[in-house]
Amino acid sequence: MATQQTQVLGRALLTPAVVLLFIWMIVPLAMTIYFSTLHYSLLDSENWSFVGLENFRYFLTDPAFLTALQNTLVLVGSVLAITILLGTPLALLLDQQVVGRSIVRLMVIAPFFVMPTVSALVWKNLLMHPVSGLFAWIATLVGATPIDWFNDAPLLAVILIVAWQWLPFATLILLTALQSQDEEQKEAAEMDGASALSTFIYLTLPHLARPITVVILIETIFLLTVFAEIFVTTGGGPGLQTTNIAFLIYSQALIQYDVGNASAGGLVAVVIANIVAFFLVRIVGRNLEA
Amino acid sequence: MGQITLQGVRKSFGAVNIIKDANLEIDDGSFVVFVGPSGCGKTTLLRLIAGLEDVTGGQILIDGKNVVDVPPAKRGLSMVFQSYALYPHMSVRGNIAFGLKMAGLPRPDIDRKVEAAAATLNLTPYLDRKPRELSGGQRQRVAIGRAIVREPKAFLFDEPLSNLDAALRVQMRLEVTKLQKQLATTAIYVTHDQVEAMTMADKIVVLNAGRIEQYGSPLELYEHPANLFVAGFIGSPKMNFLSGEAAGEPGVTTLGIRPEHLRIAKEGEGWPGTVSVAEHLGSDTFLYVDAGKLGMLTARGIGEFNLKAGDRVWLSPDPARLHRFDKDGGAIRT
Amino acid sequence: MARKVTARRVWVSTAAAWLCGFLIFLPILWMVLTSFKTELDAFSMPPKFLLFHWTTENYATVQQRSDYVHHAFNSIIVAGGSTLIAMIIAIPAAWSMAFSPTKRTKDVLLWMLSTKMMPSVGVLVPIYLIFRDLGMLDSRGGLVLILCLGNLPIVIWMLFTYFKEIPKDILEAARMDGATIGRELVYVLTPMAVPGLASTLLLNFILAWNEAFWTLNLSTLDAAPLTVFIASYSSPEGLFWAKLSAASTLAIAPIIVLGWFTQRQLVRGLTFGAVK
Repeated sequence: MATQQTQVLGRALLTPAVVLLFIWMIVPLAMTIYFSTLHYSLLDSENWSFVGLENFRYFLTDPAFLTALQNTLVLVGSVLAITILLGTPLALLLDQQVVGRSIVRLMVIAPFFVMPTVSALVWKNLLMHPVSGLFAWIATLVGATPIDWFNDAPLLAVILIVAWQWLPFATLILLTALQSQDEEQKEAAEMDGASALSTFIYLTLPHLARPITVVILIETIFLLTVFAEIFVTTGGGPGLQTTNIAFLIYSQALIQYDVGNASAGGLVAVVIANIVAFFLVRIVGRNLEA
Repeated sequence: MGQITLQGVRKSFGAVNIIKDANLEIDDGSFVVFVGPSGCGKTTLLRLIAGLEDVTGGQILIDGKNVVDVPPAKRGLSMVFQSYALYPHMSVRGNIAFGLKMAGLPRPDIDRKVEAAAATLNLTPYLDRKPRELSGGQRQRVAIGRAIVREPKAFLFDEPLSNLDAALRVQMRLEVTKLQKQLATTAIYVTHDQVEAMTMADKIVVLNAGRIEQYGSPLELYEHPANLFVAGFIGSPKMNFLSGEAAGEPGVTTLGIRPEHLRIAKEGEGWPGTVSVAEHLGSDTFLYVDAGKLGMLTARGIGEFNLKAGDRVWLSPDPARLHRFDKDGGAIRT
Repeated sequence: MARKVTARRVWVSTAAAWLCGFLIFLPILWMVLTSFKTELDAFSMPPKFLLFHWTTENYATVQQRSDYVHHAFNSIIVAGGSTLIAMIIAIPAAWSMAFSPTKRTKDVLLWMLSTKMMPSVGVLVPIYLIFRDLGMLDSRGGLVLILCLGNLPIVIWMLFTYFKEIPKDILEAARMDGATIGRELVYVLTPMAVPGLASTLLLNFILAWNEAFWTLNLSTLDAAPLTVFIASYSSPEGLFWAKLSAASTLAIAPIIVLGWFTQRQLVRGLTFGAVK
């Protein structure tokens, strides 16, 4: 048959990618599951034993875990709020006629392309340093005392850094969505006598509901595993104040060398991420049909 | 030589039968049009002949040889696509030359043939332009040039004029017909426009839901439609259908009479009715008449008729032009 | 005058937009300015904006440190290598899903995307242990492998969408013109896909360049790319702001330039088609 050879060829070409990703998914995950049932410390690697679900119980009841979970939720939630609440008006602004729009766009998008370690260190030192940072200087200008960010409000500091990095993402997505809005629909509303505000509330906002949902889901997936910014500024501290789940697992694995516990934690992270991913995949799947 | 025969050709996608048992003999050098409503399978049938889809059953013979297992590249056919499908990164020259390049012709031969084809189609000044710099009509001609330069056994056209504006379409219709006669190559042309079919074809294949309803010359289809479907499809405005009983012929399920064969009179004999809408085109008048128990009738008169909505009118059919259909929709031949 | 956007509105929008843009860009701008100051100026209070002694001594210092060059080189190898290998695996896969799809194709694609959603930290332990036991810690090859696998779903996805945009009938026209599959690929598909291939390459190079989880955890010195190098400035001694700024500017400048060209691809690549 004339078109059959393409079918066979197609399957052959797909195989390497599928096999690689399958191995990448399954092997580490299987190992994590295995390790999570062991008591295994890299400091004492001869002495390992099977402890079943003990690690999970320990991990989930560890007050450190609850703090980390709380920090994670606060971090993710705050960054989501900031990026969307600032990103939406910013996108609306960039959708207007602005002189030199492309340069403004470049300025707004730039933070996303800065590597996380650079962002974190620039914010920590040049901006947030309590004595010589730019923010400190601005505070003295208005007669307030400068905030010692990383001692007094470390989680907030991390939130600001991460939010700055992700604001361009939200803005860009929402701007793209705004630019794909049906102009004719807005014109019809105008003919029907709608004011600019009404058009925004009844046409634009519903149109943005879907992209906002996508932004929330995608940002959540990536924000759950914020790591570099914490690693480079606070190392999780002071105490546990900036430890999120990702950092907690990291510190258990590579600082305390407790493989069993870290694996259990890793699985918890995977489960949480999967829940969010389920919804995202559903939306993507629906779009693929269209 | 470009003689094409279809024997028992079937095509299904899963459980859906797109083409049901198609049998057709296309003479070498003839211009055959596949026509039918959307979804009737005419494009699928064309693509089966081209080799872009595989048949589920049956044989396709080109000059006596079954090509069902032969890939499209080797069937010796050319196709003109509805969207023209020009290679955007190649110039007009490159587009037309591509097929010859694939065939391995030496460069001087390719240049010669490309220039000849371009001259025929008035494309010579555009040879070095890219498709995006051309108008719709010019792109259309490049697509045709690409097809003719390979001197194929047959041309396959997939609704090539539907993306052109009305005036251009009429002009291109004439050019395509002239070209085909000049080259004397078999052409299979798919369209949903029955005016194109009637004006261009030597023979027409009317398709409906995957079945060939009738295969004949335009006049044959017009004067002797084989069934209700063909009768209603060919001819614009559509043929009037009335119930045989209501019209006084109880033995006949459906009676058909074309609008142009109804005599319009302001009084006298015939079927009485009230004009619902009157369209005055100057050259013709179309009357949409409410004829009571006979239903809505369309009548066409040559020239001006001073009738408007609400007027009483009498329509009498030309008895020689009445078509009769039985309960299965088949024509009753007398 | 009813339809024209009033001049006043344009100026208000422009002023507001530039203000927002400036505020957002400020940290980067401040960093670049600092890179041209002496360490003393960099740390001084009140901060000096434009009236300071401009010097390029920091850039000279940074570039003389052979380890900076070494780490930059690592970044290029790791980001470039992982992206190229990902492209080589992804192109046939995306081709097959775009041009000879089966009933399963959509599910396979969604599954591939879901592998990107797996949190890296979830498999930190086994990957670290495997790398340690195979001697792959602090090796460029190891990083290339991990980053390749991490970005593979995005590369495949982006190429899939670009291939899908190539009108099917142009490829069929090539087939009718006598092209075999190979020639169809070479003469028609690839030239038409080049812009898409370039964008995918660019965006993923950037994502790999900025990757800061696996690079931080799986490399220390030999294979460490710039992400790790900059991180080492987090616990230094003495005045270092100007040097940090210079090193950072060098590390991010090319990426921001490249990033400018990949804006549209960013939306396409990272929203997985959920936003058009």
